[in-house]
Amino acid sequence: MTPSTTEIILRPSAEDHRVARHAAAAIVLTVAEAAIPLPLPGVKPGLANIIVLVVLARWGWREAVWVALLRVLVSSLLLGQFLAPGFFLSLAGSVASLAVLGLAMHLPGRAFGPVSQSVLAAFAHIGGQLVVARAWLVPHDGVFYLVPVFALAATLFGLVNGLMAARLLQETSSPTAQQAGV
Amino acid sequence: MNLRPSALRQWLGAWAAYLKAGDLLVLALALVACGLSVVTLWQGGRPDRAVIKSGGRVFAEVDLTVPRILEVPGPLGATRIEIQPGRARVAADPGPRQYCVRQGWLSRAGAVAICAPNQVSLALSGGNADYDSLNY
Repeated sequence: MTPSTTEIILRPSAEDHRVARHAAAAIVLTVAEAAIPLPLPGVKPGLANIIVLVVLARWGWREAVWVALLRVLVSSLLLGQFLAPGFFLSLAGSVASLAVLGLAMHLPGRAFGPVSQSVLAAFAHIGGQLVVARAWLVPHDGVFYLVPVFALAATLFGLVNGLMAARLLQETSSPTAQQAGV
Repeated sequence: MNLRPSALRQWLGAWAAYLKAGDLLVLALALVACGLSVVTLWQGGRPDRAVIKSGGRVFAEVDLTVPRILEVPGPLGATRIEIQPGRARVAADPGPRQYCVRQGWLSRAGAVAICAPNQVSLALSGGNADYDSLNY
């Protein structure tokens, strides 16, 4: 058979496969987390950020950005939230936390581990969401009344996610795990 | 994981091993940020002045710092208003139904007690008073 002249052949690189695999894991965590009933809109564990932290530590900031933004896009499609207010809040939070992670990853690694990055990113996440919420969704200073609740949630979930990322990084740093492509 | 204290301590210790010195610093700063946000953002309802009106005119404006008692004259007699640090109430009123007296202590900015028959009102004001109604 002669090869078609209009056929487009995509050759995914090893990096593409890696991004897809990590994004898939993050999406699964987001969808699973959506099943947990939560007392306040906006207060979520954000388990997908564990994956983002692991990717950041192992493969760098560029891949972490890919994974985080693909996660936001695809999980919003799966949950029927695409282009709804929740999607823009999620996107703003992710962009802000990725920006902070880009800076936090340069903290000296001897003293600052994934927990630091996780807590800082969680605060950036609520910061980004609050800016969008205040500027667009709830144009009133009343949104800031919830800041203490969000800050406490960011501290708690930032700590828990950071610990889990630290443990995952340690447990997957053995040669056998590396061969399995984790 | 079982729940004997020693096992729990071991379990917590295993997780704490992932914390580095800088992480503790970041966590401490995060908790400080939480505390500061509570102090600065959840104090809005605290009143600092009481405005007392009689017959539609301001009779007195007093700070809610020193305890005192005011006698406010009206058509039916004197309404007694009691001020204490951070709160105020109508202690006695000559009106027939006593609604303003039964409201008790007012302690949030924006709160109002009105003794309509005697044309006396007591309102608390503060830095940023809560709304008494909102619609969207």
